[in-house]
Amino acid sequence: MTLEELGRQLSLKVHTAVGKLRTEVTGGYAADLLSCVMAKAQAGNVWVTLQGHPNIVAVASLLDLAGVIITEGVAPDPATLEKAEEQGIPILTTPLTTFTVVGKLSALGVRGVDEA
Amino acid sequence: MPEITRVQELVYELKIEEVMTRNVITVTPQTSMAELREVLREHRISGTPVTQNGELVGIISVEDLIKALAGREMEVTVGEKMIPNPVTLRADEAVVIAVDYFARYDFGRFPVIDEKGRLVGILTRGDIIEGLLKKLEVEYHEEEIRRYRVSHIFEDIVSNRTSLILRYDVMAHDFDHAGEASSKIKRALSRLGASPQIVRRAAIAAYEAEMNIVLHTDEGGEIVTEIQPGQIVIRAVDTGPGILDVEQAMQPGFSTAPEWIRELGFGAGMGLTNIQRCADEMRLESPGGRWTSLEVVIYLDRRRGEK
Repeated sequence: MTLEELGRQLSLKVHTAVGKLRTEVTGGYAADLLSCVMAKAQAGNVWVTLQGHPNIVAVASLLDLAGVIITEGVAPDPATLEKAEEQGIPILTTPLTTFTVVGKLSALGVRGVDEA
Repeated sequence: MPEITRVQELVYELKIEEVMTRNVITVTPQTSMAELREVLREHRISGTPVTQNGELVGIISVEDLIKALAGREMEVTVGEKMIPNPVTLRADEAVVIAVDYFARYDFGRFPVIDEKGRLVGILTRGDIIEGLLKKLEVEYHEEEIRRYRVSHIFEDIVSNRTSLILRYDVMAHDFDHAGEASSKIKRALSRLGASPQIVRRAAIAAYEAEMNIVLHTDEGGEIVTEIQPGQIVIRAVDTGPGILDVEQAMQPGFSTAPEWIRELGFGAGMGLTNIQRCADEMRLESPGGRWTSLEVVIYLDRRRGEK
């Protein structure tokens, strides 16, 4: 499923890189510790987090992630959005909690890195 | 904003004169419809501009010929059956104008004139498609050659020990630019043709080393990436405060990061563990806690993932 489709199903607000939403999502990963993301998330994964600071863009870009979903209504920093647009990383937001978002993604068939 | 494809860009960049057919077959108003049939058949074309003393006066197509055939009017002249004063395109206009004209008018071809109004070519939809495809192919080849050149740098430049050294300064506590050095290292390795698996491991190791300098040093440091024929060596060096107990620092989860840094998701104590996972060789030195030197080696030839 594409990020565009997931965004529609979960009513996510798209902030950046609208042109990159059509790529196929390869799986999902959720964590707020950046080193855990660096260790586990795979290329093409969608990352669900509470962090909204600019370094999430560096992490997503280095790992070639499909995009970042920021949860619980956290507003991403303006610098985050600027960097994300520049580097073509889709940033999406939602008032839902990480737990709920992951549950919905899972129901739509998005698998974790440790699931077959 | 939706992404603009290369084809869309080309439609604006290319001029009509770059894609049009130049050797235009023409007829005169005095040509008979029977003669026109022979001209169209011989050149396998479906229409032609009509000129009088080199000046464009009309256009006639195979449709007009069929009507004449049906009406048994093969001896009348082209001048009587042509569309006079046809819609023209200018040679120096962008192809996008022509695309718009084809959508707007129901014509199969447009005569192309220069700035003085002289007929210099003819344009069909086929010419546009062919022109775009040719241009794309040329650009593809240029990209191929560029890739070939970078990936063969080590074969073309001969020395006893050839390597490419990339140096990046990393500022302490500069969160606005944190991660930029590793992004640049990642891009350089991709450009040089390293496999996605190697690029990923180098990117993770470089990122964690960069973040350690950003988060923990007093005056920043430097990341030196040396690309050698068989391996990539990433060295991260800083001027302190250094690591008091290197063995303890290597323990997963051990961190000296203050609370505010942890709240940002850094300082989980997993950085050095991540680096070790991605490295084929790793050396961490911090004598007497004065400075720190981290060296990571990633082999290019051996195929293996992260540990």
